[in-house]
Amino acid sequence: MSEHIGLRGRAWFQALTGKNQPASGDPGTVLATEAQIGDEPALFLCVVPDPASRFPCVRDGQVGLEEAFTLAHHLRRVITEDREKPKAQKRPVIAIVDVKSQAYGRREETAGIFFAAAASADAYASARMAGHPVISLVAGQAFSGGFLTHGYQANRILSFDDSGIVIHAMHKEAAARITRRSVAELEELGHEIAPMSYDVRDYAKLGLLYKLLHVDDPLHPTTADTEAVRHDLIDAIQDARRGATDLSSWLRSDAAKQTRRAGIAVRAALEAQWQNA
Amino acid sequence: MSQTSFIPEFVSRKSFIELDGRRRAQSLFDEGTWKELVGPFDRMESPWLPRQGIAPQFDDGCVVIKGKIGGMPAVAIALEGAFQGGSIGEVSGAKMTAALDLATKDSEAGKRTAAILLLETGGVRLQEANLGLAAVAEVISSVLALRPHAPVITLIAGTVGCFGGMALAAGVSSYVVMTREARLGLNGPEVIEQESGIDEFDSSDRALIWAIHGGEQRVGMGLADALVEDDAEKIKATIRGYVQADLRPEYRSQQVELYRDRIAALDTSEQIDPLNLRQRWNNKTTGGLR
Repeated sequence: MSEHIGLRGRAWFQALTGKNQPASGDPGTVLATEAQIGDEPALFLCVVPDPASRFPCVRDGQVGLEEAFTLAHHLRRVITEDREKPKAQKRPVIAIVDVKSQAYGRREETAGIFFAAAASADAYASARMAGHPVISLVAGQAFSGGFLTHGYQANRILSFDDSGIVIHAMHKEAAARITRRSVAELEELGHEIAPMSYDVRDYAKLGLLYKLLHVDDPLHPTTADTEAVRHDLIDAIQDARRGATDLSSWLRSDAAKQTRRAGIAVRAALEAQWQNA
Repeated sequence: MSQTSFIPEFVSRKSFIELDGRRRAQSLFDEGTWKELVGPFDRMESPWLPRQGIAPQFDDGCVVIKGKIGGMPAVAIALEGAFQGGSIGEVSGAKMTAALDLATKDSEAGKRTAAILLLETGGVRLQEANLGLAAVAEVISSVLALRPHAPVITLIAGTVGCFGGMALAAGVSSYVVMTREARLGLNGPEVIEQESGIDEFDSSDRALIWAIHGGEQRVGMGLADALVEDDAEKIKATIRGYVQADLRPEYRSQQVELYRDRIAALDTSEQIDPLNLRQRWNNKTTGGLR
């Protein structure tokens, strides 16, 4: 599986934008370009592996310092350029997500990767709160700090319905070790406890996904697949423009009302007690 | 020094680190002004832990206290490092997000309400994995929604430290306050050693850990704003100062070009010397009271 990390991201970036190379001045690990979606331009962003990266711990598709600040750079530029435009004309942002994790490196910790990741999440959230529709397309893996840095601040998240999709807080081997289980036990548990699952259909039960998309082979997008996905992205953009600019849509779905009952009850209780405190 | 100060100061001072999360949060408020919300008697606990044979806690390891600090409305949200490593689950995450959102609502209505996050946490609770990760994304979003209206102050006192996704919440805060005993980073030393090998990070090297993640380093390199002693009165005064401070036109996590250039200037052919980096990055352009 590991040799495929990032390939899907690159394949979909190319299918949707016609481009496949980093922008001038960017590291080899970030693809960023403006391309048409429907009848408007959008900013497309993707993090990809680069075996030649000068940071050894991002070479397999992890998100590190350069990646985070490069994403933030492009996002801030678009926010600034569109500041005076009405909401309907603010460019959409499409994050294509296929990231193994955050970078697990000493260089990264020393130079404050926590802060780099925060700056990128800030830029994504700021774009959303300014009225840019921010849409994430999970094309492969979306792990932990990698997803928090690149994609999780979107107001609509779409994912392929495919066994190669993994959205999770930690990869199986590490999660098994820390929770003192075997990988087989962990997989079994996921079927009973949806938030623990590595299966995207269980993830869909959490109410965080806007839509599951079906394509034959996510590694090799056909023209028909690309057109279909483009339509789904346009639909998500329109839906985002109609909705709130916060993440409240995550809690309004029927799936969330079931799976996130406890969290929803906590919010209601806190609001009730807040007034009298 | 006065005549009586031959009794060392640390004998009479009240330690903050020795307090649990609840008492830490209480200690920040003006006397008689605070109230805990959705406390242990409300029994809102994790629905996921018992199903995995783990005892839940009636407050899910998260304490929300509302009251006044320096006469101004404020809410403190403390993660209790002694319960499940201070990890973020569905319930503790919802408490944090809801408190931040209510502070935003009051602030937008003209009643500026600051938030103080007391973070002692290893990050996402793996027994609630994806709901914990989503909760972190929501907390980050809610911090950013409040930040233009009222100060959001992260206080990391120790000794658990602040790691994982919640380190991003610290990163987007208006101000970060740390003690020398506190640590702040995305990945803890054990995780790095496990994922990238002992050559990358020797997690038994205590000096290295403090040199990289410690409060003195984070404040020294400009990624945190104030280094405080483990003294409850001094910490209370520092937090009060930030609660009362004017809002800033720009926050550190918006200074993308400055930090992008700094990363571009790093020599990555070998490991980065923390002390050298501190000297190069030490600046007065970022957050904090000056």
